[in-house]
Amino acid sequence: MWTFFHKLGSPPWLYSISGTILRWLLPITLVALAAGIVWGLLFTAPDFRQGNSYRIIYIHVPAAVVALAGYYVMAIAGAISLIWKMKMADVAMKACAPIGAALTFIALVTGSIWGKPTWGTWWVWDARITSMLILLFLYLGVVALYEAYDNKEAAGKACAVLSLVGMVNIPIIYKSVDWWYSLHQPASIKFTGESSIDPSMLYPLLLMISAFYALFTCCLLMNMRAELLEREARTNWVQRLAKQEGRS
Amino acid sequence: MYFDSLGAILHMDGHGSYVWSAYLITLIVLAMLLLVPRRRQRRILQQLDGELRRRQGTPMALDEES
Repeated sequence: MWTFFHKLGSPPWLYSISGTILRWLLPITLVALAAGIVWGLLFTAPDFRQGNSYRIIYIHVPAAVVALAGYYVMAIAGAISLIWKMKMADVAMKACAPIGAALTFIALVTGSIWGKPTWGTWWVWDARITSMLILLFLYLGVVALYEAYDNKEAAGKACAVLSLVGMVNIPIIYKSVDWWYSLHQPASIKFTGESSIDPSMLYPLLLMISAFYALFTCCLLMNMRAELLEREARTNWVQRLAKQEGRS
Repeated sequence: MYFDSLGAILHMDGHGSYVWSAYLITLIVLAMLLLVPRRRQRRILQQLDGELRRRQGTPMALDEES
């Protein structure tokens, strides 16, 4: 167990193991994503109340779910880098921010497009949507804060603090549809009790959620690898790698 | 398959433009998420390789053969 943690702190080991993982995970992810999209778009019946517009659910919900999960990853990585000064945690935290921002952006944009035929409006200042917008700003804030500092160690600390403070937003997002009566519908999938969604719609949705989780993992690893190369550019293993692969 | 023609797939009973634009935007963003780090990684390695070669002072022509 301890040797595992020791290895986790070693950049060349992390770089090579993540390369192996990506070689498998990336093709699987893309196939699952394609299958889920085709399934959701073409092979499910339309919703009896919303018609075909509901098909946006297959990208809207996965993007939102993983955007939230990604925030946990970012905040936990931030906490680890603050407490134990683990460099890899700092790399992971920085790698999370742009992915989370992109997923939150997708959730907001698809939600807005979905809202037009369903609610009759592109945008309302409802609690769920507003708290998601705050999530987007938190992610973008971490990205911007990182770039604002010349000293990368200070930048990492500031970003970790920001992401931890931003954690208060997460339960608000979860609970917003229950606390405030609004246009946004409550969650259809529940771990406890009956889900209020038909199995024929649930399975493609679960596939898409899994695919988005896998996609997040792929992007996280890819961002971390690029970041590792940049930070370790003066070390032997990166220079050897550059000689091998830099020419292609 | 739920739809019976390509036209029906595109139209989706009037919701086609919403559904397809949402999917299109999503795919563009996801593609960018995957391509940006890949390009960054390649750029870093290429720059570093160029730097190392310049420091060694090896002529490009000789280097190509090795």
